[in-house]
Amino acid sequence: MTKTEFPPSIRSRPVYGELEPRAGIFHLIVADGEGADAVIALFAKAADAASMLAKSHILYTAGPNGTDEWDRIAALGAAQAQKAASVPTLLFRLARVLQDVQMGTQIYLTGTEGLMGQAERDIMALGFPHSDIQKEHRGSTVRRVQCVHCKGVTENVRTDPFQCSHCGLHLFVRDHYSRRLAAFQGVNIDAEDRGQVPPPVERFR
Amino acid sequence: MSLDVEYAFDEFFRDETFVDDFTYRNSPAAIRRFPFPFDRDDYMYSVNMEPHVPGRKGSVFEKTFDVDEHYVSEMRDRARILAKDPLRCQSLPHMTLAGWDLLELIMESKAREYPQWFSLTKNGDRWRWINRPLGIDHSFTFLDETTLPCGPMEYITRQTQGDFTLQDEREGTLWVDAGMVTTQADWSLDFDIGMNFHEWHAPVPLAHEKGIFDRALKFLLKLQHGAPVRRFNWTMTVNPLLDTAPETYPEWGYMRTTLNQENMGHMMHLRVELQALFRLPRSNAIAFSIRAYLGKFEELVTVPKWGRRLHRVVRDIHPDLAAYKGFLRNRDAMAEWLSSYDDGAPTSPGWWPED
Repeated sequence: MTKTEFPPSIRSRPVYGELEPRAGIFHLIVADGEGADAVIALFAKAADAASMLAKSHILYTAGPNGTDEWDRIAALGAAQAQKAASVPTLLFRLARVLQDVQMGTQIYLTGTEGLMGQAERDIMALGFPHSDIQKEHRGSTVRRVQCVHCKGVTENVRTDPFQCSHCGLHLFVRDHYSRRLAAFQGVNIDAEDRGQVPPPVERFR
Repeated sequence: MSLDVEYAFDEFFRDETFVDDFTYRNSPAAIRRFPFPFDRDDYMYSVNMEPHVPGRKGSVFEKTFDVDEHYVSEMRDRARILAKDPLRCQSLPHMTLAGWDLLELIMESKAREYPQWFSLTKNGDRWRWINRPLGIDHSFTFLDETTLPCGPMEYITRQTQGDFTLQDEREGTLWVDAGMVTTQADWSLDFDIGMNFHEWHAPVPLAHEKGIFDRALKFLLKLQHGAPVRRFNWTMTVNPLLDTAPETYPEWGYMRTTLNQENMGHMMHLRVELQALFRLPRSNAIAFSIRAYLGKFEELVTVPKWGRRLHRVVRDIHPDLAAYKGFLRNRDAMAEWLSSYDDGAPTSPGWWPED
């Protein structure tokens, strides 16, 4: 499976690469769903996979589409690996792990944009430059969207437009993305012509 | 903690509103000094920077931070908006020093250029600031946050017309890491804060492809302390809403559907942003002031040159730009209304009303 191809877009829309092993004293890896494939490919590329695994901590959770490849992650034999019950649960563990992270640690994120974005947000909050965090998209393209009106975040948005899960407004989904909020922007689609909401189209799966 | 103010309206400072009953209007003198942004009969993006040096006497370019007849009412409107939505003013933790730089720049400029309204007295780091139109007389210690009722950027921008953002410079680009944004043309500080120059401009059409932002960034990174620059931007706003925020779009968006030939003259406003950029001395950040001026169509056409030119610009603008600026749906109706003020006569170059 190759990394996801996104159509060309505006400059605030994140782009992703492919995970590459880098020399480090420790490797912190965060993945969900099909991101497991990228993790396995990462170790396959390592010159000395056994020694890299001995210095790795993998946090994994199932993807929003239900894909769960935990068994393959567990079979890698990393020094530490955990399957979290959900993305929020994974982020709690990540926050604890980050307290002890030392200079020279390499960070790898892979899977859906919602997971990578939120992990990146928490890592950046510690002063880690986002450009030093490797990211590879795999799996579902559902979006995490912030309603610019009520500020509520709706997870796993599949259609455009969609209805805000908090204030109920019908929102169109922009490609404008905030790393600080780890969210795309949703804007009311019928603010001018009230009640004229086009039928939702499944743009993200 | 908020700022205690006492709004002093008088024969100069108008008591007017930018919401609900929309009593905002320009006096004849304010119309004559309106910063009409079109120096020719057509419009396309350009970087259009020039040094921010004192311009013609009486014009909006005369002073560093123009104070006009709308000052007191605008500050009251800002306080109203901040009470409803404090996220309109945010400063990331590393930007406090830049906030002090901005406070110093504004206080020194206003005290020097408008001594009848503002006064700044320094005794070492002990400063006394008097703002007569807002009824403020306050002593504080420069660079000591505990002596102000709020952060330094918020403190001074609650007393200064126009939106402000503060840009940190690192990694060869600028990062919008602080701002006071209550008079914006449809962009969200809360969403964009922390973005770099190309990211926060990402939604603007056409300009990236033309290399506008690459050139503008290159220019701004060379900005020197003591040599500020300025440019214009503009859009159209239905009703004198200073606050056309995305946050409140559901409250004002429908107003765009209520225009007709009868109400066009007083409801449609040309919104001009006088943007100025200042390199700050301690933080090396860049302060960006975005001062919005609203002119009703019926006010602008009292200047014959502007009536002719506005008609031609609106009629001929690229549809993508009209869409981005939010007036594509009304463009034809606007051009129709303006056409009766365009007799086809040639217009002189430049934006001044009388030239």
